[in-house]
Amino acid sequence: MGLKRMIGRVAFALLVLGIVAWAVFPFAWAIVTSLKAGSALFTVEAWPSQPSLANYTAIFKEQPFGRNILNSLLAASSVVALSLGLAVLAAYALGRVRFRGRGLLLFVVLGVSMFPQVAVLSGLFELVRWLGLYNRIGSLVLSYLIFTLPFTVWVLTTFMRELPKELEEAAMVDGAGPFVIVTRVFLPLMGPALAATGLLAFIAAWNEFLFALTFTLTDDARTVPVAIALMSGASQYELPWGQIMAASVVVTVPLIGLVLLFQRRIVSGLTAGAVKG
Amino acid sequence: MSDPQTPSLMHQRRRAAWLFLLPMLTVLAGVAGWPLFRTVFFSFTDATLATLDGFQGVGLDNYLWLLRDPVWWRAVWNTLLFTVVSVGIETTLGLGIALILNAHLPGRGLLRAAVLIPWAIPTVVSAQMWGWMFHDLYGVVNAILMGLGLIAEPRAWTADPDLALPVVIAVDVWKSTPFMALLILAALQMLPRDLYEAARVDGVHPVKVFFRITLPLIRPALMVAVLFRTLDALRVFDLMYVLTGNSRSTMSMSVYARQYLIDFQDVGYGSAAATLLVLVLAVATVLAVTLGRVRVDAGR
Repeated sequence: MGLKRMIGRVAFALLVLGIVAWAVFPFAWAIVTSLKAGSALFTVEAWPSQPSLANYTAIFKEQPFGRNILNSLLAASSVVALSLGLAVLAAYALGRVRFRGRGLLLFVVLGVSMFPQVAVLSGLFELVRWLGLYNRIGSLVLSYLIFTLPFTVWVLTTFMRELPKELEEAAMVDGAGPFVIVTRVFLPLMGPALAATGLLAFIAAWNEFLFALTFTLTDDARTVPVAIALMSGASQYELPWGQIMAASVVVTVPLIGLVLLFQRRIVSGLTAGAVKG
Repeated sequence: MSDPQTPSLMHQRRRAAWLFLLPMLTVLAGVAGWPLFRTVFFSFTDATLATLDGFQGVGLDNYLWLLRDPVWWRAVWNTLLFTVVSVGIETTLGLGIALILNAHLPGRGLLRAAVLIPWAIPTVVSAQMWGWMFHDLYGVVNAILMGLGLIAEPRAWTADPDLALPVVIAVDVWKSTPFMALLILAALQMLPRDLYEAARVDGVHPVKVFFRITLPLIRPALMVAVLFRTLDALRVFDLMYVLTGNSRSTMSMSVYARQYLIDFQDVGYGSAAATLLVLVLAVATVLAVTLGRVRVDAGR
């Protein structure tokens, strides 16, 4: 019995280790690759014999990667701020006021977040061109709203619903109107929810590829994912794998850090909405 | 839900509610409703990217061409195969990982942190990372498999038409299983503990407990997770585009539609393809809600 249990434990531990290795290895390999310069790239070895940061300096000198990061930061933070602002008001209405058509509205909001993005591409292209936003950050802020706004509305609505009604009633007795209730009573309580929802929306915007690929043209207008996908080297046939991996590591390390730091909140944020961020 | 005391107050609240919803609804109508309407509209015209304001109606021509194009049907097949296989594997693996995470055993924190990593990595980055690992000449996958003696010579994983789609599926499984596991874990943590105590006292076999108690209880949450992943998989674009470009052997419906819309500048035809993709998604949702009895509501 004792032996059987021990074998079981060892097998279980190996299984867990296997899953951890499977989850972590590709990123670890990207780090290893990013430290290989020149021809070292083309030998498979677990750790470079001469680790070098050449790829990291190259992405900022030979490629406009600093600019790409700035573009991504700007687009993602503007769209998150805009979405949260619009969503807080909408979430109060959807979460705390009973009115006709509320269920339908929630369904429509959810439906929009499930849209295939390519389905709005031609219409959005026309809109972007008409507004003169082609190849500008504005086109991305505009198009990213299509997934960040429904997501933030949905998650904040489920959160608003949970707030105690005594708070609201007390404020109403004091003569506070709905706007005051939202901004003065509820908003101060929503810090953690806004942070978690904002972070998930930020990650979604930061990772977006299709719109960014379509609405930007020049290297210096690109966002991080497009830059990483289209990075090219000296010749058309030789992809600069070392630089691609260095760029991947640079943008992924902060993301992984944030996710690990906020992991509990992220899990509850994801499940509250059951919407992919 | 607070019930306002007087009718006039209730009236005031409702008016405020609509006022609060107005900005959000206006923005959604502008960035989603109107563009979708234009896409459907363009699908009945011969518009090109250069002549978005000068075009003629062509009736159903775009759709008729589309239905006769074998490349389109290949894209439909690729998308459906990708969706069924990857969501199937992700659900099974996700369930397994969630069960491990839910058992209070050592190493749990490490495992949860580790599975969050693929989820946090942008799709484009994971596609590039795996693309490099699957590289035909310098890839680590070939090196490992050859070292183990499993293959005799290096394979061109992403270029070989028979291997490319399985590679894309493998990358998606790596990237999306964590999401599935987390959603299932949340459902598992809601289950009443005393039920399991009772089963243990009665000496019911764990496998039986899983199929008789756990699975039926988490079914609703599981179905919602499967539906969301399915809708997400049906519109897949980034993975195929980055790993294999516009290659026919892996092309999804989204890649096909975008290629016509932007690369070939044929907005009418591309819009028709995009509209059909919306229809496929709508059918999948209706099937899930009716046959799978998935209930999606914020009310809970």
